[in-house]
Amino acid sequence: MSVELLLTVENVSLTIGGNSILREVSLQVASSEIVALIGPNGAGKSTLARIALGLLRPDRGQVWRKPGLRLGYVPQRLTVDATLPLTVQRFVTLGAPATRAHIQAGLAEVGAASIIDSPVQAISGGEMQRALLARALLREPDLLVLDEPVQGVDVSGQYELYDLISNIKKRRGCGILMVSHELHLVMAATDHVLCLNRHVCCSGHPDHVARDPAYLELFGLDGARRLAIYHHHHNHRHNLHGAVVVGETDA
Amino acid sequence: MDDFLLRALAGGLGVALVAGPLGTFVVWRRMAYFGDALAHSALLGVALGTVLGIDPQLGVITTCLLLALALALLQRQRRLATDTLLGIFAHTALSLGLVALAVLETVRVDLVAYLFGDILAISSVDLYWIWGGNLPVLMVLTLIWRPLLAATVHEELAQVEGAPVFRARLAFILLIAMVVAVAMKVVGILLITSLLIIPAAAARRFARSPEGMAALAGGLGCAAIGAGLWASLRWDTPAGPSVVVAATLLFVLGHAIPSRSPR
Repeated sequence: MSVELLLTVENVSLTIGGNSILREVSLQVASSEIVALIGPNGAGKSTLARIALGLLRPDRGQVWRKPGLRLGYVPQRLTVDATLPLTVQRFVTLGAPATRAHIQAGLAEVGAASIIDSPVQAISGGEMQRALLARALLREPDLLVLDEPVQGVDVSGQYELYDLISNIKKRRGCGILMVSHELHLVMAATDHVLCLNRHVCCSGHPDHVARDPAYLELFGLDGARRLAIYHHHHNHRHNLHGAVVVGETDA
Repeated sequence: MDDFLLRALAGGLGVALVAGPLGTFVVWRRMAYFGDALAHSALLGVALGTVLGIDPQLGVITTCLLLALALALLQRQRRLATDTLLGIFAHTALSLGLVALAVLETVRVDLVAYLFGDILAISSVDLYWIWGGNLPVLMVLTLIWRPLLAATVHEELAQVEGAPVFRARLAFILLIAMVVAVAMKVVGILLITSLLIIPAAAARRFARSPEGMAALAGGLGCAAIGAGLWASLRWDTPAGPSVVVAATLLFVLGHAIPSRSPR
């Protein structure tokens, strides 16, 4: 499989209500590549993902998508109103029509074949994430955008899901842009990490990022060293415009 | 059966058949208050129709459509919560309608008929409005069904998947306005929302798919019309409210039946 550029985001800035959400952020995703966006809450990760998807328009900067790019999207949280009778099979086909055999295969690929006839309100958080993944995969996407794909899933389930995502990339050769707030979980599955806190603090190979001073500043030396437990000690803060202010520790 | 009864039945069924399926989306999208706000503006439409010297029904439809558009646009601002906005609109429109009708001294309007409906007074012209208005509504609803359902589950996901989310939502809002406008004759301004919501809510328990729920809601709405009309004749009760009471009885009955298979 030849590597092909799927998405570039160049020097993108976004201000909402006077608050700078993103400043001069650039990003690239190619086929057969997993790019992880990591950073603390409110760092603008989801916003950047939504800009990449074309759901939001930046104030400045350019977004380029390969012409005819097919997108698959797994949003951060999805709950279906209890009044809507919807089985997983039906839910999965809301994105693209498919035969039952197709759906069965799609759910099997994400390890959720058994829930095909369950109401979507009756499945667990992890099963919902798998159903969402299956829905995205049924569209045969060139680029998958996953916003916190393991949210609400227990720890062993999280590793399983990251394994699954990694396998999807290998099998299908699609590009994957993944939002996460934990580097240690995504490390093994990721080719390129972008550490974001309204601006790009550092980026590169996960091993490289894990040792980068900017990453250590953002995530705390202790947590970064062990890469197991997530501590969140800042030794710099961001002022209202997002600029780095070195000074007091802010937990 | 008398002619007026046949017309009442034909008009009522026409409204219920469309209000049921449309009402399922009102329930899923939690837009009950939206339907109410539109209904409250209908009286303003009657006044407008009278002032302009056009058919009051046309005045009502125009007012409802315009108000629906205005609400859809205003909902995009973030300063006021939607329910506050709808509350302001609903009661202002109702009050404006009452004030306008009072100012038009030359016109005598049967206020009770507008507020609570006058299904037994449905004329053949009304029937044209009801069926002529509702059949296109059903057709459009069928056309936008897929994108609207996808957007109801998750709007941004549907948008990424290429569904025409904005157009579907706009069309849906206009469909509600249309149905509210023609349903006024049957159950009146104050009770229209019940025809949208109660059959849909009653259908939920028995439905296995969105389409099944919509069809069942239409059927239950028709049953409520029939039962309400019958009760109204039998006990000489007001027809519109009787229909609503019948719908509620169906809802309660549906929930009283013990379910055999766990969902």
